[in-house]
Amino acid sequence: MLFFSFFKTLVDQEVVVQLKNDIELKGTLQSVDQFLNLKLDNISCTDEEKYPHLVSVRNIFIRGSTVRYVYLNKNMVDTNLLQDATRREAMSERK
Amino acid sequence: MSDTPLDLWKLNLDESIYVKLRGARSLVGTLQAFDSHCNMVLSDCVETIYSLNSEGMLQNEERKSEMLFVRGDSVTLITTPDEE
Repeated sequence: MLFFSFFKTLVDQEVVVQLKNDIELKGTLQSVDQFLNLKLDNISCTDEEKYPHLVSVRNIFIRGSTVRYVYLNKNMVDTNLLQDATRREAMSERK
Repeated sequence: MSDTPLDLWKLNLDESIYVKLRGARSLVGTLQAFDSHCNMVLSDCVETIYSLNSEGMLQNEERKSEMLFVRGDSVTLITTPDEE
């Protein structure tokens, strides 16, 4: 649940998602669910020469399991809050 | 008090860790968050991708990022980085 909440705080921000097949998409995070499926709006492919088939796509649903990385900016994240949330989550899972 | 393997990483929050991933990739960065799936967030992160060039020599490509979410299903091992 930690990362679901985390991604909910990132809604409406611009992120870069790298998929396991190396495709990279930049877009505005529209929504996220418990499986960390993502909906991105206004997307652009960061390497259009390599993946020309994605040029005309503007809005996309990404199945969470195909994601490798999500690149974020430092200013989007409160690291203290995130560390505390991680400790709390780890504590609650022990029970 | 039985610690599970993942409990160890609580101690490493806000410290540097080394993560090996599927696809000949590794990451070094500061651990900011993780969960039981090994999903994690690393800050000031360096990714290294190992590959062979046309002559069969090992080459590695580095990529830096200030904040990175890593999906846990790509993670194969986690340890502390080499002391330089």
